[in-house]
Amino acid sequence: MDIIAWLTDPANWTGQYSIPKQTLMHLVYSFVSLGIALVIAVPLGLYIGHTGRGENLIIGSANAMRALPTIGLLILLVLIMAPRIGSSLAFVIPAIVVLILLAVPPILSGVVSGVQSIDRSVIDAAYGLGLSRRQIVFKVEAPGSLPLALSGVRGAMLQIVSTATVAAYVSLGGLGRYIIDGRAVDDYSMMAGGSVLLIALAIMLELMFVVITRVVVSPGLTRRSQKIKPT
Amino acid sequence: MVNITKKKTLLAMGVSAGLTLALAACSSGGDPLSSDAPAEESSGGSIIVGSADFAESQLLAKIYELALDDIGIDASEKPNIGSREVYITAITDGSIDLIPEYNGYLLEKLDPEAEFTDRDQIQESLFENLPENVTVLDYASAENTNVLVVTKEFSDEHGGLETISDLAEIDDGTFKLAGPPEWRSRPNTGIPAIRDIYGMDFENRFEILDGGGPLSLAAVVNGQVEISMLFSSDPAISENNLVALTDDKVLFPPANILPMIRTDKVDDAIEAQLNKVSEKLVIEDLMEMNGRVNAGDDLTEIAKDWLTETGII
Repeated sequence: MDIIAWLTDPANWTGQYSIPKQTLMHLVYSFVSLGIALVIAVPLGLYIGHTGRGENLIIGSANAMRALPTIGLLILLVLIMAPRIGSSLAFVIPAIVVLILLAVPPILSGVVSGVQSIDRSVIDAAYGLGLSRRQIVFKVEAPGSLPLALSGVRGAMLQIVSTATVAAYVSLGGLGRYIIDGRAVDDYSMMAGGSVLLIALAIMLELMFVVITRVVVSPGLTRRSQKIKPT
Repeated sequence: MVNITKKKTLLAMGVSAGLTLALAACSSGGDPLSSDAPAEESSGGSIIVGSADFAESQLLAKIYELALDDIGIDASEKPNIGSREVYITAITDGSIDLIPEYNGYLLEKLDPEAEFTDRDQIQESLFENLPENVTVLDYASAENTNVLVVTKEFSDEHGGLETISDLAEIDDGTFKLAGPPEWRSRPNTGIPAIRDIYGMDFENRFEILDGGGPLSLAAVVNGQVEISMLFSSDPAISENNLVALTDDKVLFPPANILPMIRTDKVDDAIEAQLNKVSEKLVIEDLMEMNGRVNAGDDLTEIAKDWLTETGII
């Protein structure tokens, strides 16, 4: 088993099944799924966090969603959609849907607990200053929830990236291609090489999130030391 | 408090020892995903029937077992042994005595260079290539090989396709093919072999699916692909009105069913009984039985019904 030889073989860097192309496909599926999951989970999380309504129901069912077996659900969805969509979208949509289902629970609970973690006195002060509900949600609760919300998004991203390998099971691209195809022809270098690429990708995205968190979270919410500007 | 800490330490030690053992077990052998074959010797006068890790093999093993039971042999079963690599080892070392096999695939495993044009010649080559203490008996007309299927509508639209050569003639380079992952690279099958033998290049229009499984079937029935690989004994072919294209230039090896048995276990009575099974086993019956397997019927029931209908027991 020679992973280095597989990774550096020029034949694996060109053509239809090349490493750059499969990595790109992997990122495309991952970010499309994450984007849609954010659109669903963030507004819902802010609503629940702000009103406290439906908390048990939504969070409970979101947690139940985590227990869904991804690959089983994927095949089921393909078999349901194949008669209805006559193109390869019948493979793409189910793959994206299972990844969204995987990403919504951690983002949702991140946003909700982010909002709930805000010191009550801060919100009361905002009311006292005469801010409207809308302003409180968007100017106080949303930024205030960011540290926990972002860690939810980060967890979701990692889960999506590692699970997007299942797309290869239903004919799609991505790094799972190497794991599934390698197994089919007993090529363990290919399987291990694909896994190494996947791990590297996950670590890179993790680092990216560290940077994003530093940039977007208000300095007032972190314990990092600040240079205090002289007044 | 001290007690709890002690318990935790012991637990941690136990877990880590277990992990070490598991890792050590993993590191032996070249194939990290293979499991170890069982290695106990079977006694004479009785026959242990093994089967591979898929339903049809288990059904055929059941048929052999019941057929042998009927002539007074003490036949027992060791189902779901694994892939060809694993059960060939098992029959060579005597963990099992008999297993249903497929002639072309068995020969391909024993001799990757072998020619597959003629079934009788495959039988000859099998005798030459099998391990010393193992032999094969007569083969059935029923076979389970790979087959390319299209829908009846697609076939009619293109002037009634019957063979893969017919398909090659009308291929305009847009039809998509669904097949298993190994088809994209293995030289003696799949994309490279279809290109060499039939002159159709599917490299950029190949959907990698579950080779013969529900996804491959759904894809061809619903038009995500025009051509799909299924198994020739799959009842879904007739149930969904699909056309199995004849492999007129022998792309896929023939895969007639035959018993592979240890030579020290065969006597005339056993040979006669197993040959009777092969003689009666036709593709229509096999498809029907596979249909019942898919519907969840009990293997023993299916095997018994067929053996009774054909008058073997």
